[in-house]
Amino acid sequence: MNERYELNKQLAQMLKGGVIMDVTTPEQAKVAQEAGACAVMALEKIPADIRAAGGVARMSDPKMIKEIQQAVSIPVMAKCRIGHFAEARILEAIEIDYIDESEVLSPADDVYHIDKEGFSVPFVCGAKDLGEALRRIAEGASMIRTKGEPGTGDIVQAVRHMRKMNKQIAEITALRKDELYQAAKELQVPYHLVLYVHENHKLPVVNFAAGGIATPADAALMMQLGAEGVFVGSGIFKSGNPGKRAAAIVKAVTNYKDAAMLAQLSEDLGEAMVGINENEIELLMAERGK
Amino acid sequence: MMKVAVLALQGAFVEHERMLRNMGMECMEIRQEKDVYRDFDAIILPGGESTVMGKLLRDYNLFSILKEKIQGGLPVLGTCAGLILLAENLSGGETPHLATMPITVKRNAYGRQLGSFRTEAEFKGLGTIPMVFIRAPYIEETGEGVEILAEIDGRIVAVRYKNQIGVSFHPELADCTSIYRMFLQL
Repeated sequence: MNERYELNKQLAQMLKGGVIMDVTTPEQAKVAQEAGACAVMALEKIPADIRAAGGVARMSDPKMIKEIQQAVSIPVMAKCRIGHFAEARILEAIEIDYIDESEVLSPADDVYHIDKEGFSVPFVCGAKDLGEALRRIAEGASMIRTKGEPGTGDIVQAVRHMRKMNKQIAEITALRKDELYQAAKELQVPYHLVLYVHENHKLPVVNFAAGGIATPADAALMMQLGAEGVFVGSGIFKSGNPGKRAAAIVKAVTNYKDAAMLAQLSEDLGEAMVGINENEIELLMAERGK
Repeated sequence: MMKVAVLALQGAFVEHERMLRNMGMECMEIRQEKDVYRDFDAIILPGGESTVMGKLLRDYNLFSILKEKIQGGLPVLGTCAGLILLAENLSGGETPHLATMPITVKRNAYGRQLGSFRTEAEFKGLGTIPMVFIRAPYIEETGEGVEILAEIDGRIVAVRYKNQIGVSFHPELADCTSIYRMFLQL
């Protein structure tokens, strides 16, 4: 196994039990860091605004990303379009800590994802199920997150994706070893990754929840469903009191099983992001890239 | 049997627990105030983000009690972010955290993720061991009574001070049991 890939998987291990927050300015990045974010995702528009604006969503201006890198000491991530390896090279050139090859932006390629093995910087990718997760890992992703449905404040899709992945991992675990070849064929993934899941009962990389998390309770729900940490996009800076909500979500991730503490954390957070129901939206970002 | 607590506010605490269990130790997690009043014989401060752990230590009222316990002789192993938590000074004027070890630590001293690396180097008393550095800090200065345990290219990456061991790297990611054995003998 390539040493750089091991180091990249290990950085994801350091992020576990933490909250990665979407930010659009250095000021927001500082609010996120002070609230206890373990990393920030630098982007020009948060998913709710991308959804509202329509049109083509692209990689953010490197200047804006660099300003955020200078504003905080925690790792800084940024998004490139699915399949857009030139954008990814640009993000690598400015020494981003993690690239999110993300369905939130408009896909640049409707067939191929980026060959992530050729990069030194790590990639995180979204997945709706085990097949997608293992295909991204085969391409070189060193961290996975559920796709959820970004910019909605609706947790239902993240829950669906996490439960599906858990169920499929349990199924692979329960198979006889000689049945794994067929499982690899059905999932359309390499055999050695199926074997890893069978033997270790988990993905070969860290798995976070993302897409629709808006409250401390949402974060706790995803952690109890087996997420190793959470991404919060629009949920924080689209809410009434971003700093307070962000800090509450951080604590909800650390003590996700303590209902009494969660009750306290959920009090008086101001208005949550309005949110849109999955049936009310026309664009399902989660359907991008499979 | 020895019971080792692992600070489990954020980061790679599960990896330490796995190492300890494989070595036959009992371990427990510290996630909030009530946990710190349970009995334990030693504590590990893991890797992760020191800003997050430092904030939560204060918010959960763990800060003073842990600091007292460490100053009172509780054996502690700090790895990466854990080393930062122990340092009396952080270069660049950042606010220190537990500040129980007279050292100055530089955060993200090797740069961003592209600067992360793995190597093998001499560790005092243990011979050559594997070392994994992830956005790692190093130790710029040491005060009186601090013993230097390892250096790489002239930079200090491991120290001992009384009951405290601090390392810039991740023994939990390299299956390096010898450091744990040294720690458990403190």
